[in-house]
Amino acid sequence: QNADPQKTAFLLRKAWTLYSVTPLHGFRRARLRDYARLLSASIAAEKQKGLAVEVGVELDIKVALSSLADLRGSELDEAALLVQLSSRSRASSSNSEDKLVWSGWFCSMFGDDLSENVPEHFTCLPLFLTHGAESYTSLVGSWFQKTFDCCFRRLAISPLNLSWMVAMWAGCKLDRAASAVELVFSVPRLSQPLDISYAIHPEDAKALWDTVQKTPGEITQEEVDVFMDCLYAHFHRHFKIHLSAAKLVKVSTAIASAHCDGIVKILHSQYLPGVLMLLTELAISQIQ
Amino acid sequence: MQRRQSSRTPKQPLDVRQKSQTDLSAWRKRGRTDSEKSLQNHQSANDQEHDSQEGSLEQALSYFEKVQDRVALKKSNVLQKHLDAVESTALKQGLPPEGFEILLSVVLSGKFADTVNTRLLKSLIPASVIPENSVVTAVSWLCVSKCSGNIQLLFLKWLITVFDFIDHKEQLHALYGFFFSFLQDEKMCPYICHLLYLLTRRENVKPFRIRRLLELQAKMGMQSHLQALLSLYKLFCPEQVTITLPAKMKTYFKNSEGPWKAAITAVRQRNQGTSPLSQAVFLGTSQPQSRKRKWNVQLVIPASSANTNNLEEDREKNCVYLYSTNESFPVEQLQTFPQLLQNIYRLEFPSQMGSVLTNPLLLHYMNCVKDESIYLRLYYWMGQMLQEECPWCVVDNPYEEEFKSFLEAVFKAECFLQEGFSACEEFLYKTLPLWDGVCCRSELLRLVSWIPLSSSSDIKSHLYDPLAQLFFTSSIYFKCSVLETLKELLQNWLNCNVIQVDSEFSSLNTTLSGLVNVVAELVHFVGWISTVALRLENNSTFLLHFILGFYETVCDMYLKYNLPLLVMPPAGVFYPALLSMDSVNLNQLCYIMYRYRANLVAAKENELSKKKILQFKFSNQTYQEYNQYIIAMVGCLWTSSAFQKDINPQGLCMDDKLLNKTAVKEVKTSFNIVYHPAMMGYSVEFLQQVCPDDTTFNFKLIKGKKWDWYLEYLYTQGLKGLKVFIESSISRVSQASRRKA
Repeated sequence: QNADPQKTAFLLRKAWTLYSVTPLHGFRRARLRDYARLLSASIAAEKQKGLAVEVGVELDIKVALSSLADLRGSELDEAALLVQLSSRSRASSSNSEDKLVWSGWFCSMFGDDLSENVPEHFTCLPLFLTHGAESYTSLVGSWFQKTFDCCFRRLAISPLNLSWMVAMWAGCKLDRAASAVELVFSVPRLSQPLDISYAIHPEDAKALWDTVQKTPGEITQEEVDVFMDCLYAHFHRHFKIHLSAAKLVKVSTAIASAHCDGIVKILHSQYLPGVLMLLTELAISQIQ
Repeated sequence: MQRRQSSRTPKQPLDVRQKSQTDLSAWRKRGRTDSEKSLQNHQSANDQEHDSQEGSLEQALSYFEKVQDRVALKKSNVLQKHLDAVESTALKQGLPPEGFEILLSVVLSGKFADTVNTRLLKSLIPASVIPENSVVTAVSWLCVSKCSGNIQLLFLKWLITVFDFIDHKEQLHALYGFFFSFLQDEKMCPYICHLLYLLTRRENVKPFRIRRLLELQAKMGMQSHLQALLSLYKLFCPEQVTITLPAKMKTYFKNSEGPWKAAITAVRQRNQGTSPLSQAVFLGTSQPQSRKRKWNVQLVIPASSANTNNLEEDREKNCVYLYSTNESFPVEQLQTFPQLLQNIYRLEFPSQMGSVLTNPLLLHYMNCVKDESIYLRLYYWMGQMLQEECPWCVVDNPYEEEFKSFLEAVFKAECFLQEGFSACEEFLYKTLPLWDGVCCRSELLRLVSWIPLSSSSDIKSHLYDPLAQLFFTSSIYFKCSVLETLKELLQNWLNCNVIQVDSEFSSLNTTLSGLVNVVAELVHFVGWISTVALRLENNSTFLLHFILGFYETVCDMYLKYNLPLLVMPPAGVFYPALLSMDSVNLNQLCYIMYRYRANLVAAKENELSKKKILQFKFSNQTYQEYNQYIIAMVGCLWTSSAFQKDINPQGLCMDDKLLNKTAVKEVKTSFNIVYHPAMMGYSVEFLQQVCPDDTTFNFKLIKGKKWDWYLEYLYTQGLKGLKVFIESSISRVSQASRRKA
């Protein structure tokens, strides 16, 4: 909870693609350096289409695995695991910086539902977030799948969960001037794709939510429904369009934005754990 | 098609003989085809078509074998025809091993124009393997360079692509120096490098070769293919290759798959029956991921490979393991059952548990090792696979066939282990409500039969409700397959219960009463849907057969499976079976009732003897139901009193007045084993045999001694169920009645 904002700052303001991951089997945190070596050799081998590669030599993609010790919720949670791929600069001089080409991290934020039921030798880090080329995601993911016998699946976010997110995040207090709350809907079954963007002033959204929420710190499905219905009714009054018939595809608030395809961007470090907790929950429900 | 047909006319071999009188080998071949032809006459038309295709390939091969001079394609219909034959066979089923030497020789000897050679080369798709000899011959032709440069290049590309299909490689390795000498050819160089890369062993790395490569590199500049070979040399002999190679490596060799790769895969799939699983197993660990799919969800069951994670660790602790015999046995090497037995204590599960599905040896091992983590790994993997690939849950999923064979593999593993996977159970519960009853029908229903027995109360809402909905709205064939599935489910549950009782420890947290309740629920469910289905399908004989099949298991649960439970079929099933129009179902019903009797009698005896305190006893209601049915049956089959004595509220009891209205004479003696619609055929036949002169069909003649004969006659007709029923339930009555008469 008391994560150092400095250490997790690089996770903010980036679009992360979400995956759920089943528990890793036989993963040992003490061996991160070995894993990095093997993963880097495996990436080199894949890129050369199965030609022989020596493990341990300097390769063009450098892999770093590290723990993000602060990024965890409960006692049962494992610390998050960061994977970074950087390409070595061509100039062989040692002072030149390696360029980060891909990063991904595994995390569990209050994932007790999963971790308390799993025997030893299993490591529960059900949420995996990636940023960078899909081809690298595939190489890293395949290696993890083969090495730790786990399964990755894209984590899509249903419209229902998106509406939860917008309700939760619209009600959050922020110090600085916040950006607008925006909902994007897509209208199904049209010959031409039609997207409707619905932006609300953050203070209005918060005011609305405050009237809807009965007990602070607790949210019910009913309240979320009422909140959304109010927004729909308002929109209908002005434009005579029933948004409830369209599909909610994206929500963005000052806290974070989320797309139904499973892409999120977290904007505010204070709410990082909260957002991750919700995403961990979604990932676990996809696994179980 | 017409042309192929004509090639089988008897005239054809004669023509061939005239043309090739001096060619011995052709004569020998023809002799063979002649004898094959005479065999073919007895085969079905289908086979003939297949054989004729092979025949024309054979003709084409013999043509190419003996062709002497250059023939122009445009001018020669014969060449055109044979070329077509080779191409079509190659694409459909691949070429047999013996074809390669002939065709490679033709192509590389430059007898034909390049267009012909190219077409021939492109159709060199192996059905199984490529004999090493043919490749050696081809290389010797290559050395005399009779063919054009383009053909040489195409040949090398072909060789690289099919390298893994060559049956042996020893002689090919002996030709290493020859290949190496081709490096000087600038055009061939990249392909020769690739080939050498595939062939090189440590002993091939020689100082003079390294020098030659370095010279070439100096001449041609940094070429990725040369670098590849050099880096391989360096890997083998680091002390001899002293140059530094750049760490940054691009793709070494251009994709030289050429036109063959897709065709080979297609042929392989067709020959093996379209199973991506068997393909994965065949190709083993070197199977590359298919690029067209998402990386995380290829429905390929991972090939078995040792856990690299731990291997690496072992290497670090090498000093320790050198002295211990405790080394683990890599799963890749596990090929035979004796190996499994020898290494069972040092065998390690593969890095990906999913691979056990297609590996019977590992399934054996899994059976021995009761380790929770094995099942958990399998559970996670299978759960994700099933959900991600399920065609009716994922929109626009074009991989139904793959999913089918995946379900098939899961089912086979379940049969092998004799238990259901919990991932499968959850998947079924989740997706049955969404299922259309068509997609992957038989595969899915088979999985249903392995739903584990548990006392969970959700089986109704998760399984019975969605299944009933589909059942009532689908065809009779679907209904029958559901009934068959539920029969298997019941049998699996009962077997599982027997094993649990025997092994004296119950891993499932089910009490006996819980178990009895779950089984009873299933039997009642089937009774209910059967009753409705018989009405919907107009008492279909076919359907009835499957329903009675289910009750054949139910009626024996006490004696055969030691389960203190007997449930009688509902009246909606019993009466349609009793009044069935065909003898098969009636016979089956008789057998079932006989088994009910045996089970109930045994239960009663146990109860009376009170040898052990019985926790369960059958309710009186079961005995009452049985007795009601027996009265109806005896009335129907024996005493002609069904209409008077049936006391079942849903039974056949009818008012005398109503019966009189039917205007049947002597109602009271007119419905028994002689007159029953299902038996009428037998009684007519019997009468004809006993009284051949009587054409009036006087069924009344069947009484007294003839009645007994009639029974004997029925028994010889295969009505064994009727026999055991009558002998157990009626014989005393019959003797008594006979004595009276």
